[in-house]
Amino acid sequence: MFAGSEIRTTPFHKMHVDAGAKMVPFAGYEMPVSYPLGIKKEHSHTRERAGLFDVSHMGQMRLSGKNAMSALESLVPVDIIDLPLMKTRYALFTTENGGVMDDLMVTNLGDNSLFLVVNAACKDSDFEHLQHHLSSSCELELYDDLALLALQGPKAVKVLSDHAPSVREMTFMTAKQVMISDIDCLVTRSGYTGEDGFEISVSAQDAESLASIMLANDEVEWIGLGARDSLRLEAGLSLYGHELDTSHSPVESSLNWALSKVRRLGGEREGNYLGDNIILDQLENGSDSKVVGLLPEGRMPVRDGAIIQDEDGNQIGYVTSGGFGPTLNKPISIARLESKFTNSQSKLFALVREKKIAVEIVKLPFVKHNYYRG
Amino acid sequence: MSIKYSEDHEWVDAKEDGLVVIGITDFAQEQLGDLVYVELPEAGDECTKGENISVIESVKAASDLVAPVSGSIIEVNSRLEDEPEIVTEDSMGEGWFIKVKLSNPAELDELMDEEAYNSFIEE
Repeated sequence: MFAGSEIRTTPFHKMHVDAGAKMVPFAGYEMPVSYPLGIKKEHSHTRERAGLFDVSHMGQMRLSGKNAMSALESLVPVDIIDLPLMKTRYALFTTENGGVMDDLMVTNLGDNSLFLVVNAACKDSDFEHLQHHLSSSCELELYDDLALLALQGPKAVKVLSDHAPSVREMTFMTAKQVMISDIDCLVTRSGYTGEDGFEISVSAQDAESLASIMLANDEVEWIGLGARDSLRLEAGLSLYGHELDTSHSPVESSLNWALSKVRRLGGEREGNYLGDNIILDQLENGSDSKVVGLLPEGRMPVRDGAIIQDEDGNQIGYVTSGGFGPTLNKPISIARLESKFTNSQSKLFALVREKKIAVEIVKLPFVKHNYYRG
Repeated sequence: MSIKYSEDHEWVDAKEDGLVVIGITDFAQEQLGDLVYVELPEAGDECTKGENISVIESVKAASDLVAPVSGSIIEVNSRLEDEPEIVTEDSMGEGWFIKVKLSNPAELDELMDEEAYNSFIEE
């Protein structure tokens, strides 16, 4: 369905071009990387007011059938069976080797039906993975007629509740079906910026109207993929292909918080997902590597791929994501380090263009999350 | 004296005595987006046409500044180290990068004039 090399566009494509966006190919789609405002101002606009993101390139799927919840549980190390109605949970598709093939959001829509949002670059392989393992027990649909908007920032709730007052009572990681000016929307209070905000799933044909309603509010600006990345980096959120990949387990990617208790050793439904023996062992005994935050000294960004060395010049890890944090106004990085160094007080260095930059290990996130928990 | 342009989107402003001021064009700074860091060479360094002399970092990526001429670097705009946004605000003026004493002034003839550069970036 998504095969072929032809570049795809989202239902907002014309709006982006009209808004003066710089369009780039991303995961098979032509997407806005920035608008005339520029990445730094788009970033701070989202932190201070409300940013509107087109994330329609992401995969939206529905898994349904009597066994949908237990079926999905067999592919993720997360409690899905007890996921309450209209609640959303972060999950990971694991591999036989305990690696991560994608991360995703799962919402329980009720009536044995789950709504999944997966990464754009992984949606075909995720769909095949689900089909391969679950098609005998559930029905699976990959929507190609849905758009996805994210409205993020401290003013997001005000903007959205002007049209749908009931969203005000929603807490972080809950979902609601609402009407916004006669447009049917599935709203989750979630996002990828560390700010309060919403993701809104809407039919492709209503997409432009919905975006226009949001943009009519002075608090709202289009925000591109460039600022989306700097926002998630400051929020310390993992990006597939950077902090997450098939060669590293969720434990090695410091995502223990996402591994539900009932699926751990001694839990009511322990294991029984791909790679469970490896992941459960690492949860008990630790892993060889971990993902941590790094603050480089000075102003030079330390980007993905930069080698991290100990005081004696031995390689002990590498940067998985790095750049500049506009809110902190300094460079920030996330790195994968050998576990024995993640608590060490010894001096560490990043190599950038053969220069040694001193780096300090810090707790993630770099910028405090502002989720609304009620 | 007039300003010349390179295919790598630098401007070269020829002053007297074989001295040139070098910066990046407005087109280049627009393409790069918000700059967050500029790594400059040191005064006294030699530069050779076609070789990397500086690194310009935007929020998204790092790009090389390639020497448009050869010579010795006599001054660098060290203000850029703390305020890279000057390049975004005034790339053709206050946002200059380096001053070079040319070792081969004939290299200037290989650069484009404004008209040629404008049609070059329209392609």
